[in-house]
Amino acid sequence: MAATPSSKYMTEGEAGLGIVLLVGALVCALASARAVDTPFSVHMAVFALAAVAGIGALLKRYEGRPAEAPPQEIDGKPNYNLGPIKVAAVAAMGWGIAGFLVGCIIAFQLWAPSLNLGLEYTTFGRLRPLHTSAVIFAFGGNVLIGTSLYVVQRTCRTRLAGDLAPWFVVLGYNLFIVIAGTGYLMGVTQSKEYAEPEWYADLWLTIVWVAYLLVFLATLWKRKEPHIFVANWFYLGFIVTIAMLHIVNNLALPVTVFGSKSYPIFAGVQDALIQWWYGHNAVGFFLTAGFLAIMYYFVPKRAERPIYSYRLSIIHFWALIFMYIWAGPHHLHYTALPDWAQTLGMTFSIMLWMPSWGGMINGLMTLSGAWDKLRTDPILRFMVVSLAFYGMATFEGPMMSIKAVNSLSHYTDWTIGHVHSGALGWVAYISFGALYCLVPWLWNRREVYSLKLVEWHFWVSTLGIVLYISSMWVAGIMQGLMWRAYNSLGFLEYSFVETVEAMQPYYLVRALGGVLFLIGGLIMAYNLAMTIAGKTAADSEPRPAGGTLPGPAGLAPAE
Amino acid sequence: MATAQPGLWKRHEILEKNSILLLICALLVVAVGGLVEITPLFYLKSTVETVEGVRPYTPLELAGRNIYVREGCYLCHSQMIRPMRDEIERYGHFSLAAESMYDHPFQWGSKRTGPDLARVGGKYSDQWHREHLKDPRAVVPASIMPAYAFLERPLDADAIADDLKANRALGVPYSDEMIALARSDLSAQLDPDGPGAADLQRRYPGANVRDFGGDKGRVAEIDALIAYLQVLGTMVDFKIYEDKKNLR
Repeated sequence: MAATPSSKYMTEGEAGLGIVLLVGALVCALASARAVDTPFSVHMAVFALAAVAGIGALLKRYEGRPAEAPPQEIDGKPNYNLGPIKVAAVAAMGWGIAGFLVGCIIAFQLWAPSLNLGLEYTTFGRLRPLHTSAVIFAFGGNVLIGTSLYVVQRTCRTRLAGDLAPWFVVLGYNLFIVIAGTGYLMGVTQSKEYAEPEWYADLWLTIVWVAYLLVFLATLWKRKEPHIFVANWFYLGFIVTIAMLHIVNNLALPVTVFGSKSYPIFAGVQDALIQWWYGHNAVGFFLTAGFLAIMYYFVPKRAERPIYSYRLSIIHFWALIFMYIWAGPHHLHYTALPDWAQTLGMTFSIMLWMPSWGGMINGLMTLSGAWDKLRTDPILRFMVVSLAFYGMATFEGPMMSIKAVNSLSHYTDWTIGHVHSGALGWVAYISFGALYCLVPWLWNRREVYSLKLVEWHFWVSTLGIVLYISSMWVAGIMQGLMWRAYNSLGFLEYSFVETVEAMQPYYLVRALGGVLFLIGGLIMAYNLAMTIAGKTAADSEPRPAGGTLPGPAGLAPAE
Repeated sequence: MATAQPGLWKRHEILEKNSILLLICALLVVAVGGLVEITPLFYLKSTVETVEGVRPYTPLELAGRNIYVREGCYLCHSQMIRPMRDEIERYGHFSLAAESMYDHPFQWGSKRTGPDLARVGGKYSDQWHREHLKDPRAVVPASIMPAYAFLERPLDADAIADDLKANRALGVPYSDEMIALARSDLSAQLDPDGPGAADLQRRYPGANVRDFGGDKGRVAEIDALIAYLQVLGTMVDFKIYEDKKNLR
């Protein structure tokens, strides 16, 4: 076909998606008008507006694009699709700041309850899911989607499958985040931990997630490499397992299709185990398998060394995904869950220590022969320290899953400390490392704006993590011991509120630790924004040939 | 062994070269744990104890529970007493699975920033709850709980029968009568001298019937929430409950 303007047609995908969006906009507008509660009405209106915006974007894109589809290859090199990944990277940074900020607010609320402001929208109960969802699903999720779509292209040496599908995945996922987050503020929640969004948000996420799986798979099918790279196994395992967990745990019956309220189909003890089967594996697959995929690509890439052991990575993958699924019952020790299930959960949780450390060793040993880079490369340092935190958290986790230990730690802030050593130390740090690598690659910059600012980010946030986890260890263990303390007459030594009072100074230290982490995040956001703007700070001028810096930092490696 | 191993590694290449096979194998591997741990809970009779007294929530209690769920109370309050000396002395008999068998969703919680609420029913007066919810520090000076004064607003429960219906569809034994009379039962529970009080207690044995909010003639969210809090952990009579019968 000749390349004249008249030969430009809408693709089937563009026309089809346009029609779907149009129908969707009408259905949502109707649902908004007929809604039985305000939040549902608001959310349906948001969906309708998003669909209209989608149609607008579709038309604008059609107008601006050439008649031909983007080429798969340019000069024999794959023409990578980076647009959706850029959006995911920027969204990750934005949501990260928002999530850290809300975390700081609720941390201060526990220290000074007047900060709840007496408004329904700002109570701890509504803000806490906003914090957890913003950091896990918004920040972490965008990092995972962005990096996975990048890594799968590079390691398959092919352009991302689908034309509109990758955009649908990234934008649709962020729409889910908006619906979920605003829902919490308006009191729309299932009150199932880490699965708070209501039925319609869950349905929407399911659609987006299936599209994500298909884009990922279809890109694998197009690969020019005979083998599927190890990082992609982990991404695939993460995507498919999250789909399974999300669907089963969120099975619910809406009271009416025009309202936000639903009742989960499971009740009591069965609901409890299904919830923690989901909840623990949100940790195991969202926050671990997905981020291990990041480790398997970004650590070797940044260190310029091959993965330490390919065979270890095979064992790591299968052992990790097999064992993680069993560990859920350790969230229900000594509860009304039958003992056999608790013991089974504990056993697998302890065994899980081994594949976890196997993976950590595989990541750390990848630096063999490149350890000197830790001194000069703060980005690699972020990733290596994240692996150290990963090792620490995956030792602490199995330990806390032992019933005797859990009898003390459960219900206390020790758990919160443990979660944050994993979330801040492992998940956030590997994400920071990946974003510091990814942003210059995506925008075609040599390096981030300023490595010195990365250094500042590293030390400020590390100090924050140390304050956070040490205060929560001390506070949590103290809390647990105070609850079970008896006086010499055989009575409980402390009333509950006395244990609350004792927590106050530790809550302050924790909140200050969080503020340091937030400041680190702001430094990062500035650094990345300047990188995108194409600036280079004076301290990050190109290094002299040979790759060594002048002065002490440029001393010969210690090997 | 030395010869078998390279062969095994070699065979793994099949998965490394076939994404669908890799996907199916991964799905099978991750399915095992859940199937083994979760499915028995649906058919092993010992999972949920045989107890007398556990009944579906009254319409008012259910409305209150929905507020408890809406506000995310579970984030700071557990509803699961573990069988340890200090917990039993502080909170009461350890929780039974049967006590939450009609709870969609369960609200056992995972954190005690505040105390466990599994047996808070009957521990404090309605008046205490009212003042505590409005301003926690008025009654417990060191409390760090947010103030819930906004729960004074009217309860929107005109469609409460639909909530009962949804619960029945999920297995909660609400009768046709309970559903038909849901809206009037909701008001009746607040009016001990009214005509519906006795009937309500016949349908929902042991239900507390009184004006929980202390504000006659008006049904506020706080009334429903207090009605829910006051029934928590009170359905099973532990004077006649036999632990031994339900050893698991």
